[in-house]
Amino acid sequence: MRQKKPYLVVTFAATADAMAMERYCMERNLPGRLIPIPREIHAGCGLAWKTQPEEKEAFTASLEEAGIRWEAMAVLELWG
Amino acid sequence: MIYLDNAATTQRKPQCVIDAVVEAMNTMGNGGRGAHGTALKASRAVYDTRRKIAELFGCTRPDHVIFTSNSTEALNIAIRGLLNPGDHVISTDLEHNSVLRPLYYMEEHHGVALDFVPANKQGLVDYADFEKLIRPETKAIVCTHASNLTGEILDLHKIGAIAKAHDLLLIVDASQTGGCVHIDMKEMNIAVLCFTGHKGLYGPQGTGGLCIREGVDIRPFKVGGSGIHSYSKVQPPEYPTRLEAGTLNSHGIMGLSAALDFLAETGVQTIADYEHKLMMTFYNGVVDLPGVTIYGDFSEGHTRTAVVTLNIHDYDSSAVSDELAEYFDIATRPGAHCAPRMHYALGTQEQGAVRFSFSWFTTEEEVDAAIAAVKEIAEG
Repeated sequence: MRQKKPYLVVTFAATADAMAMERYCMERNLPGRLIPIPREIHAGCGLAWKTQPEEKEAFTASLEEAGIRWEAMAVLELWG
Repeated sequence: MIYLDNAATTQRKPQCVIDAVVEAMNTMGNGGRGAHGTALKASRAVYDTRRKIAELFGCTRPDHVIFTSNSTEALNIAIRGLLNPGDHVISTDLEHNSVLRPLYYMEEHHGVALDFVPANKQGLVDYADFEKLIRPETKAIVCTHASNLTGEILDLHKIGAIAKAHDLLLIVDASQTGGCVHIDMKEMNIAVLCFTGHKGLYGPQGTGGLCIREGVDIRPFKVGGSGIHSYSKVQPPEYPTRLEAGTLNSHGIMGLSAALDFLAETGVQTIADYEHKLMMTFYNGVVDLPGVTIYGDFSEGHTRTAVVTLNIHDYDSSAVSDELAEYFDIATRPGAHCAPRMHYALGTQEQGAVRFSFSWFTTEEEVDAAIAAVKEIAEG
């Protein structure tokens, strides 16, 4: 099993928002990928964006500037 | 077969559409239901298609593009999800049953009052009638962009301006115009645009949807699986999830996406000009034949879709269409076309009418063959 490390996790109210996020990040070469939503945020299903925690400030600013809706943001220990 | 029933569905599709559906069926999982590669492939394809539809129709937000199985479902969602008891709605005689029956349902079961802008014997409306029918409780205008029977296009700039001036919701059925007539929700002040994927957009059957203007609040028509917030007892309120309970037709949507690429590369206006040319060739070829009656306004400058609807003598339209199919191998549509009010307006409720409708894939030789067939039947 891989070691756990801290990651920034961003969740969304709709899958379409997650896809908008992925497209936005890919177009700008921003790091990260979509993962199933971790239970620490909420149980159930859905998609979350997983990226490096040091990206948080720049990330939040760019999402707000782009008008991309996100639901919650947290730093969690996840498998690398 | 010479296929001239494109107002029902464009039977000939671009090869890229067929290839895209096959590829989707070979490779795609369930979009929005997991984060593995095949699920994400479907999610990405669906999201890309939302963006393309939003761009085509001038919808400001891709997440306000909702996918349904056809425009009838989209119209049901809009009409039943926006109207309340006591509301008054203005519609027109040009409508298809996909508009009429949801409206009649709301009238009978939910106390919604209806009025219809009349069509004259040519199937044309007087735009002043929209204003005359407005009451204090009028909530919406629900209308087609073009008659599926005569091809008459309603001027959505005019109707949208009336809706804006009186703070009414404009709900549009674009089944006959999506992909072959310019549509811009912002310019036309459209609150909800309902479309189908399998006609002028050249996508697969089983695709369609609605584009919703920001701020328009539609109650869900169905609730259920959303792929998100599974422990919540209620449907998530955000668009598009709010109105998309259950697995989407991602295979079909992938085909629609390829069709939208085909349209963008070919050009909506290029397609419209070509179809219009074929329609006028056919019209000019049959208009002076003895016993042929054509419905609608074909005068120069009058905007219309590529449809010519006619009758021959007093022959039953079903018999004429069957003759065309059996002896000339030409596919047309007879009967009532799910447009009862328009047939009453034209006076064709008993005879019906035979509709010839053209597409990008119709050839000039096919049009010439159709002219010859009508001539032979008319001259008996």
